[in-house]
Amino acid sequence: MIRLFGILTGLFFAVAVLWSFGNGAFVAATEGLGEATAEKVFYEHPEELDLPSNGVFGTFDEAQLQRGYQVYKEVCSACHSLKFVAFRDLAQLGYDEGQIKAEAASFQVPGIDPATGEATTRPGLATDYFPSPYPNTVAAAAANNNAIPPDLSLITKARHDGSAYVHSLLTGYSEPPAELTQQFPNFTTPPGLNYNRYFPNLNIAMAPPLALDGQVTYGEGNPEPTVDQMATDVAAFLTWTAEPTLVKRRQTGFAVLGFVLFATILAYFAKQQVWAAVKPKKAAKAKD
Amino acid sequence: MSFPWAREYQPTNGLMKFLDEKLPLPRLIYGAIGAGYPVPRNLSYMWNFGVLAGFCLVMQIITGVVLAMHYAPNALVAFATTEHIMRDVNWGWLMRYAHANGASFFFVVVYLHIFRGFFYSSYKAPREMIWLLGVVIFLLMMATAFMGYVLPWGQMSFWGAKVITGLFGAIPLVGEPIQVWLLGGFAPDNAALNRFFSLHFLLPFVIAGVVILHIWALHIPGSSNPTGVEIKTEADTLPFHPYYTAKDGFGLGVFLLFFLGMVFFLPNFLGHPDNYIEANPLSTPAHIVPEWYFWPFYAILRAFTIDFFFIPAKLMGVLAMFAAILVWFFLPWLDKSPVRSGHYRPLFRIFFWILVVDMAVLFWLGGAAAEEPYVMFSQLATAYYFLHFLVILPIVSSIEKPKPLPYSITESVLGSDKDTAPAAAN
Repeated sequence: MIRLFGILTGLFFAVAVLWSFGNGAFVAATEGLGEATAEKVFYEHPEELDLPSNGVFGTFDEAQLQRGYQVYKEVCSACHSLKFVAFRDLAQLGYDEGQIKAEAASFQVPGIDPATGEATTRPGLATDYFPSPYPNTVAAAAANNNAIPPDLSLITKARHDGSAYVHSLLTGYSEPPAELTQQFPNFTTPPGLNYNRYFPNLNIAMAPPLALDGQVTYGEGNPEPTVDQMATDVAAFLTWTAEPTLVKRRQTGFAVLGFVLFATILAYFAKQQVWAAVKPKKAAKAKD
Repeated sequence: MSFPWAREYQPTNGLMKFLDEKLPLPRLIYGAIGAGYPVPRNLSYMWNFGVLAGFCLVMQIITGVVLAMHYAPNALVAFATTEHIMRDVNWGWLMRYAHANGASFFFVVVYLHIFRGFFYSSYKAPREMIWLLGVVIFLLMMATAFMGYVLPWGQMSFWGAKVITGLFGAIPLVGEPIQVWLLGGFAPDNAALNRFFSLHFLLPFVIAGVVILHIWALHIPGSSNPTGVEIKTEADTLPFHPYYTAKDGFGLGVFLLFFLGMVFFLPNFLGHPDNYIEANPLSTPAHIVPEWYFWPFYAILRAFTIDFFFIPAKLMGVLAMFAAILVWFFLPWLDKSPVRSGHYRPLFRIFFWILVVDMAVLFWLGGAAAEEPYVMFSQLATAYYFLHFLVILPIVSSIEKPKPLPYSITESVLGSDKDTAPAAAN
């Protein structure tokens, strides 16, 4: 009885889902599998980016992180916040206490006037977090053609291909290619938006932030600040902001895995020894 | 327990004698997972996953309790406290990565445990109750994992909560009031986040309770084994300790190598990047996908794209998704073959492996975008899923001619069973 009921139930679900399948197949046969769009054809996946922090043995390059921080501070921070990073965290980039205090003080953070109790701003302290360039999201949207610049603290974890995406996006601006306008005459880049082949719908609100080689002046002994170099450096910096514990995590991992591997080998031999007496003897088994 | 030759606990010193008289806890442990529990001598490594699942539950509770000390279930700060754990709490990143990947590995071992049960028909008499409790545990795990994924309050947390609670909206007439009641509002917000946190803290202990019943029920008939032949004599068994504690110890080591490799080197591989974007009710992600362990059932949910006569497509999808798990409750009565082990069931074995492939396809499609041709594939895979359990299994179990079984477990291990077999040919 239960099996008869089961068979009927099974057939019910199978027929119902095949009904949907038939409909989908009919639509696919008569109308095809959806049209090609400019986004599908011309969107490109980020190019691989070789950073010192890549790979299981990768480590951060302090000089590069400092350059990336400089790019963030002089370019990105005009529109993008970095709200989960505190000035004190900059110690991990190799800055000393005095430099961190000076960096913090170069930013104005929201404060309260001790005399009147009114909202005001004050120079940042090492314990403060990077302030947002806008008082609130409404102001951010108003200043940016209704697109709110995302916080950058976690951006390399919040996008597929992380640092490679940041680097490709920053260097991926161009005019729409001629083939695109030929193939999709209806495709336009509306005013206020910019064509970028690494952005999923090809039109991004952010204007090219790194437009000129030498836009940021790097100190002595650093590579030439080309657009590509600046984009690479800031991608490295944002890899660090997304996960400051990255290198520590991997180093801990090697120690832990080494220990567990050793323990597992011991456990294997312990198991073999315990089982030795009750395992069938191969010779005896062959005789039978 | 139920075997007359099971060793009895003998307290060896005064303290243990005292304890055994007042509160026989050592006796309970001895009989449950010590030398007092006789286990078939031929268990393969496929029998390790129950212990591993238990380990995962304990690990999730420990890491989860630590995380709860630093997390605040409030929509304004939930995302920020999660980042606080990652950045400022000592070893907080390890706790969170271990907890997030621990959930995934819990499901990995439980899926293997369930499929072990499918292949060896572990659900058959006299073990129906163990199986039923196991399915209850799986349902509780799904609820717990879903609510846990909402807590970081990222984009996938928020939109996942919206989609899954939206399923209740498909119920005719009372659906929408139920959805609002479950969420404490019209969309996921502080009320939903708070109750999800509360339930996410509670349910693991409910799971632990059902796990105790699951193990209790297991100790009545004893463990199944790869031949599916029941234990006949003491020669067929070995005491759980030290034989299977040693074997499980090695299995645990191998498990930890995989798990910790993931935690330390690919901690975000199984997650979704969108969950590192703070929840935003005004911005819908391009593709809303649940965590990977829900993908087969998510694929089934989305496979119903048009109304089936008077049943709306959405309701049909919801019914199918729940039915896909509820059908497991009926397995002991759908599969009537007297033979348990798939090793001796040639026809069943073929369909078992087709089911494995079907499930793998559903996994893949549940994570894929809801576009053609993926939707059509998922419709075919969904149809097979239901046909397998409800049509193929009952029919196969009545028409199949099983291969001859070994006389006993001992014979299958040693090649002969001189002690108990009736006068054998040699």
